[in-house]
Amino acid sequence: MNQPTLNIENLQLGFKSHVGMSKVLHGISLNIRKGERVALVGESGSGKSVTARIILGLLQTLPTARISGVLEFEGRDLTKLSAKQRHALRGTEMSMIFQDPTSALNPVYTIAVQFTEVLRRRQPKLKKLLAFEQAAAALRQVAIDEPERVLNSYSFQLSGGMNQRVMIAMALINNPTLLIADEPGTALDVSVQAQTLDLMHKLVQEHQTSVLFISHNLGVVRDFADRVYVIYKGRIVEEGATQLLFSNPQHPYTQALMSAVPRITGGGIPNIPDVSDRYSDPAYIHPASGGEL
Amino acid sequence: MPTSFIILFKRLFTSFIVLIGVSMLIFTIARIIPGDPARIALGPNATLEAVANLRANLHLDESIIVQYGYFIWNLLHGDLGISLYTNRPVLLDIGQFLPATLELVFVAGFIMVAIGLPLGAIAARYRGKFIDHVIRILSLLGVSAPSFVWAVILMLMFAFYLPIFPIAGRITDSYTIQAVTGFLLLDTLIAGEYRAFGDAFWHLILPAFALALSGIGQAARLTRANMIETYDKPYIEMAQSYGFSEKRIASKFAFKPSLIPSMTIIGLDFAAMLGNAFLVEAVFAWPGLSRYGVAVILRKDLNAIVGTVLVISATFLIVNIIVDLLIAFINPRIRFSTRRS
Repeated sequence: MNQPTLNIENLQLGFKSHVGMSKVLHGISLNIRKGERVALVGESGSGKSVTARIILGLLQTLPTARISGVLEFEGRDLTKLSAKQRHALRGTEMSMIFQDPTSALNPVYTIAVQFTEVLRRRQPKLKKLLAFEQAAAALRQVAIDEPERVLNSYSFQLSGGMNQRVMIAMALINNPTLLIADEPGTALDVSVQAQTLDLMHKLVQEHQTSVLFISHNLGVVRDFADRVYVIYKGRIVEEGATQLLFSNPQHPYTQALMSAVPRITGGGIPNIPDVSDRYSDPAYIHPASGGEL
Repeated sequence: MPTSFIILFKRLFTSFIVLIGVSMLIFTIARIIPGDPARIALGPNATLEAVANLRANLHLDESIIVQYGYFIWNLLHGDLGISLYTNRPVLLDIGQFLPATLELVFVAGFIMVAIGLPLGAIAARYRGKFIDHVIRILSLLGVSAPSFVWAVILMLMFAFYLPIFPIAGRITDSYTIQAVTGFLLLDTLIAGEYRAFGDAFWHLILPAFALALSGIGQAARLTRANMIETYDKPYIEMAQSYGFSEKRIASKFAFKPSLIPSMTIIGLDFAAMLGNAFLVEAVFAWPGLSRYGVAVILRKDLNAIVGTVLVISATFLIVNIIVDLLIAFINPRIRFSTRRS
């Protein structure tokens, strides 16, 4: 099992419009090994979320999207799969956690109905009652004490933290190989976000799930990820093991990003240029990271 | 569902107030229209004395407030007075003509929902594709022509040039059906006359479609617009990223949330059909309450005017209450709200 769970090489994305092509990704390369937690860090608009949606195959359905590059999932070339085969991977081998759990859950269906639908991705003939039991068991795993009550509730009846636990349980219930977490819990308050991330951390370690963790929050990334990719304007600018990258950032953009984190020791808001020619320097890859390029 | 009960009681109460207001308004308006109802009823050759007698009988010489008092007193005793046009109790007339209109409106409403909603959902699912354009053009066509134009077009096409459907009426005259509910579709079934049922159904198709077409267009356009908005919601992206089938999303996960804003308008459309029914009834010689209403207005038949308007208003209000309850039923946010709105 040496092949990476996910291997992306030279991924390019552009959107065709009336006035021409607007490029969003300029050749991203990224890989995630089995059970590895990889973070993709960058400011908003840098191309983090579109990368996630390309991996899931959601962006490919947009008629204006132009995508090229290598996309391999467990050795399978995703670009060569049919729409049906791509669809078969979603919700089974790959799943996703969203930024705002409350709006990511359907407001007119109970949690149980949505859980059943997710469970039936793996077990198409699953009976409602059994699905309910399996869902309840999954909810206990994310430290929900009254899973029956939660399952019979609607998302708007639950707190954001509760919904996030539900989302995590839902994302992991089919035991996916790859979990994509797109700014998980950014919409929650900090302490709830930390609790739910701890839970997620524990569960993905137990299940040996590979994780692509998309975030702009360096503090969270430092705790969660084994390896970090820094993305800036559709290009990877630095890659390395979390400890190495944080202790010794090499690329000017990474350095700027790190110094942008407000510190409790004072000094006010650091003065960092929004744009600098140096941010477009070639990517720096930390040697011990094992990134093979 | 206690919240639904609260909604129901609140709505019933406000509807009652509305009905009182409507009765005052129509009572006054009917009496302000120029023309002497007694003279119109008795004709130009009646003696002055006869006219004066009838005026006295109808309390027309009293002040309008006293007249209203008489009206309410009789209403409380279940009496809407005698129609000068048919010389029968107004209640009896309404009992005869209302079911025909309701039958037409209910079937048209059913057609509107059964065809309009799926069309809108299909258009939204295949947004920008060929089928979407076809549905959009068709629904625009439905909305842009009023129902009486459709009535004439449908009648010409499918009853005259292609004589598939009967040209007018509710049922072929050779059938005599015992009136139980007044709804022919039910009465024929109660009587076990299945051929008569088919005949009545056959008579209903063209007028019902004529009445429903603009509603179908409206429902399809609304559902499409609301669903396209819903498709941009994070929970639909969630459904897609978990690989829920597009069919399930279109028919369930995106459909139900989109239905909530559509329902209110569709309910109003449904109620508006009660008014539009008049034109369709006129074209298809449908013996309904709308035609009766126009006939009595032209003859200044006071009791019948007030009775007809009250019954139509009440039906309108009841339909609205039903729609509100349906909305509460599909929208858990209303069902479980603890706030009083």
